[in-house]
Amino acid sequence: MIPRSFEYLAPRTLSEAISLLQKSGPEAKILSGGQSLIPMMKLRLATPAYIIDINRIPGLNYISESDGYLRIGALARESDLEVSPTVISRFPILADTTAVIADPLVRNQATVCGNLAHGDPANDHPATMLALEASLIAAGPSGEREISVESFFTGLFTTDLQPDEILKEIKIPIPSPLSGGAYLKLERKVGDYATAGVAVQITVNDAGICQRAGIGLTNVGFSTLKAKKAEAFLTGKTLDDSTIKQAAELAAGEAQPIDDIRGSADYKRDLIRVLTARAINRAFKRAKGGA
Amino acid sequence: MAKIGIKVKVNGVERAAEVESRLLLVHFLRENLRLTGTHIGCDTSHCGACTVVLDGRAIKSCAIFAVQADGREILTVEGLEQDGKLHALQEGFFQEHGLQCGYCTPGMLMTGYAFLKSKFNSTEGPTESEIRHAISGNLCRCTGYVNIVKAYQYAAAKMREGGAQ
Repeated sequence: MIPRSFEYLAPRTLSEAISLLQKSGPEAKILSGGQSLIPMMKLRLATPAYIIDINRIPGLNYISESDGYLRIGALARESDLEVSPTVISRFPILADTTAVIADPLVRNQATVCGNLAHGDPANDHPATMLALEASLIAAGPSGEREISVESFFTGLFTTDLQPDEILKEIKIPIPSPLSGGAYLKLERKVGDYATAGVAVQITVNDAGICQRAGIGLTNVGFSTLKAKKAEAFLTGKTLDDSTIKQAAELAAGEAQPIDDIRGSADYKRDLIRVLTARAINRAFKRAKGGA
Repeated sequence: MAKIGIKVKVNGVERAAEVESRLLLVHFLRENLRLTGTHIGCDTSHCGACTVVLDGRAIKSCAIFAVQADGREILTVEGLEQDGKLHALQEGFFQEHGLQCGYCTPGMLMTGYAFLKSKFNSTEGPTESEIRHAISGNLCRCTGYVNIVKAYQYAAAKMREGGAQ
């Protein structure tokens, strides 16, 4: 399958990339990992006139920790997350997530920022970033602005990014001690989109009472959902079986799945219930120092 | 649309070409360079038959444009054999009957090459589950996975004996 012809532009700086975006407008697409974009171009679901390849811009490939935040640069690959010591030790939820995205070959090329900027509710990182309450740094003609991940996903394949902006960095607050997270996804086979997925990040106190809870739901709505009722319900409570069960039921109620090839809406809603309970349990175990 | 000049090092040899921006890397390798060992399977980035090693990482060459490889280094299945001697992985596939129809084999070999290289700090393994995780992006429709796992293990043992290569 051959994509439509396009003009290939390979800027060497971020500001050059932004001015190219300004010039070419909505006819341009940013190419980072390209693992969603290129297959879409081959199927001619995307036919951009200009491709702006940001891979030759130095300084965007990083996963680092500074000022209390984990920072993931625009060119950090999924497989970089898998081997990052900071991610493995402090963000098990991110390690869970990247391990179930597409397959190892795709992860060697795909970027974490691209997973968000694509705006696909079937992608896995959006739910994780919602649970972690990440913010996103967009670079545009008038400088940088910070967008909370909650207001980033505006609809199906639509984000708050403006046509002349580039997602430059994901900024995630380093969780306080006694925090833990988990991402669980049911997929029919490796490389498939989630039938449903649940991301949970919690912080407890010494007495085991939940101080904060973040819950994101994958592929059960037209954009990635934050299970706010379930989050609010958990906060301030001891995480016993009955609390977890009720939170899981609330999350299932917040899901908005549709019938499709991966299952019926009822089935997916029930899956959210089961996965939420399991993810809370695993996150809680990890918050207390378990694996 | 104007063609773009690229220079790519393929299996140790510098290659220069003028290509259309939309030319996929797999087509560049197969049609421009006539290196047809790299296969096109699904053409939808699911099957991994087109796997090559780009700057040390195994990737799907049907999901990257040739222009993106400009100035970079590629290893294809044709570059595994050195001085008439099969790579330990190729030998492993031969010894353990790691192929039936052979269509997925070039991809399986290139994934294995990058995987075993990255695993070479350890003194044992890789385990079966590590191997199965590593090849989860390469489909074998003969479903010969058991022998492919054995072939990887054969190669790992052989590479340990002879030192990493």
